[in-house]
Amino acid sequence: MNDVALTARQVRYTNRAFWRNPQAAFFTFAFPLMFLVIFTALLGGGTVIRNGLEFNQSTYYVASMSAFAIITACYTNLAISVTFQRDAGILKRTRGTPLPGYDYLTARVTHAIGIAVLLVVICSAFGAAFYNASIPSGVSLFRTIVVVLVGAGSFAALGLALTGAIPNADAAPPVVNATILPLLFISGVFIPIGDQAPKWVDVVGNIFPVRHLVDAFLGAYYGKPFFDFSWTDVGVVALWGVVGLVVAARTFSWEPRR
Amino acid sequence: MSDRVVEVQDLRKSYGDLEAVRGISFHVDRGEVFAMLGPNGAGKTTTTEILEGYRTRSAGDVTVLGHDPAKRERSLKERVGIVLQSTGIDPFLTVTETIEMYAGYYPSRRPTDEVIEVVGLAEKRDTRVNKLSGGQQRRLDVAIALAGDPELLFLDEPTTGFDPNARRNAWEVVKNLISIGKTVFLTTHFMDEAQYLADRVVVIAGGLIVAEGPPASIAGREQMRTRIRFRLPNGTPDPDPRVRRLPDDTYELQVEANETTKTVHDLTGWALDHGFELEAFEITLPTLEDVYLQLTGAEVGT
Repeated sequence: MNDVALTARQVRYTNRAFWRNPQAAFFTFAFPLMFLVIFTALLGGGTVIRNGLEFNQSTYYVASMSAFAIITACYTNLAISVTFQRDAGILKRTRGTPLPGYDYLTARVTHAIGIAVLLVVICSAFGAAFYNASIPSGVSLFRTIVVVLVGAGSFAALGLALTGAIPNADAAPPVVNATILPLLFISGVFIPIGDQAPKWVDVVGNIFPVRHLVDAFLGAYYGKPFFDFSWTDVGVVALWGVVGLVVAARTFSWEPRR
Repeated sequence: MSDRVVEVQDLRKSYGDLEAVRGISFHVDRGEVFAMLGPNGAGKTTTTEILEGYRTRSAGDVTVLGHDPAKRERSLKERVGIVLQSTGIDPFLTVTETIEMYAGYYPSRRPTDEVIEVVGLAEKRDTRVNKLSGGQQRRLDVAIALAGDPELLFLDEPTTGFDPNARRNAWEVVKNLISIGKTVFLTTHFMDEAQYLADRVVVIAGGLIVAEGPPASIAGREQMRTRIRFRLPNGTPDPDPRVRRLPDDTYELQVEANETTKTVHDLTGWALDHGFELEAFEITLPTLEDVYLQLTGAEVGT
């Protein structure tokens, strides 16, 4: 079998195992939707002002929860489950077979991206059904697809890079959450960052990829006049993805770190 | 095709200042079960993982099926099956799915049903891995290693942590491997395991090979002395000038192995002639464990 066929086959096995792990599947899918419902219920009536333009918060959350879904599926989930597999010796076993390591990891990443796409579709459908959010079409659709794929790929690379810094499976959830939760808060995922937000939140948020992913989503999803799409946001996310890939290539471990 | 499946010359491995393997040489021939026997920390796993390609060596020459395992070539991995000392399996796939998944990585495969049969998991074929017992998972480890129909199988302490029954079952699995023509490289710290399974044994201690040979004659085992023990009623004269009286009133006699039959004949004849009963009569041949303790005991602390 060639690499593509081997990878595709591995994606199918990864997918089968994923759906048989009820907790993981539940939280991956439940969190973004649950937050979408909760935040919209609590704050959905308000508006947020970005770049001088006024947003309805319920439409805002459809986009920001799509960004959150990508991060959950590709960064949080991938980093934790790959660390678990490393700790359990599954990666080491795989390493002893003829399956090339990059085929195995490509399969894991492809599966995570697939889950992210499914989540974004669900968030959009949910938003359209309950919150009057528009479903993107035409150039908006194209931009949204690019943002989803670049975002999912980049956060998957960052997730793999992070595993190199996680000592063992027990440490995986706290380490992953410690790296991502503060960024989720200062990047407008849970709380929209309006023009009146403190300057440092703006500055710090702009260094990291989460804020740019949210903005890219808002821009791709709604476009002018609500939110201007900027390829710079996509570029920053992609750049972080490349950094993640380089770090992962150097620090990724196939064996338990005991 | 060469009959040397594994060839190791003066292998060394250091971790910092610690030299875990200090210059060992051995070879494994096609179709044999080769056991590396030694206590924990002797260098067994280090050696095995160098042969498997997981570790690089510090010095020496290593050839596995004509390849240098350090290069981690796919063409070598396609011909080797590995059962690691501790390793996990995806908990959510079934036995059959797991074996098929791994089999798919190899150009040649054994039929899944046959593999399941060899390791004795036929009744569990549709059970998910997380519902298997520890022993069953270990058998699945072997099944996965067999799935690609390898020429050479590495079994690193395959029965550590097993209860006696599970060990017996595991041994039957290994015997089955032999019957289907596999070459097996086994590490263990159980004497009886090496005794039962191996054609040839090396004993490793402190990173050095201290003995090598078939289990029956390793380190001059067949020349070691046979121990004969018995009890006699009080006040009986000594039957043989060589006997020693032990503190628990047992008599012990140690003789060369090739004198065993004659000595036993003399003793029982003497007892019959004098009308005594040799109580708790016991003949103990030297065990592999005796040899092993003698060899590794001498090494400890050096």
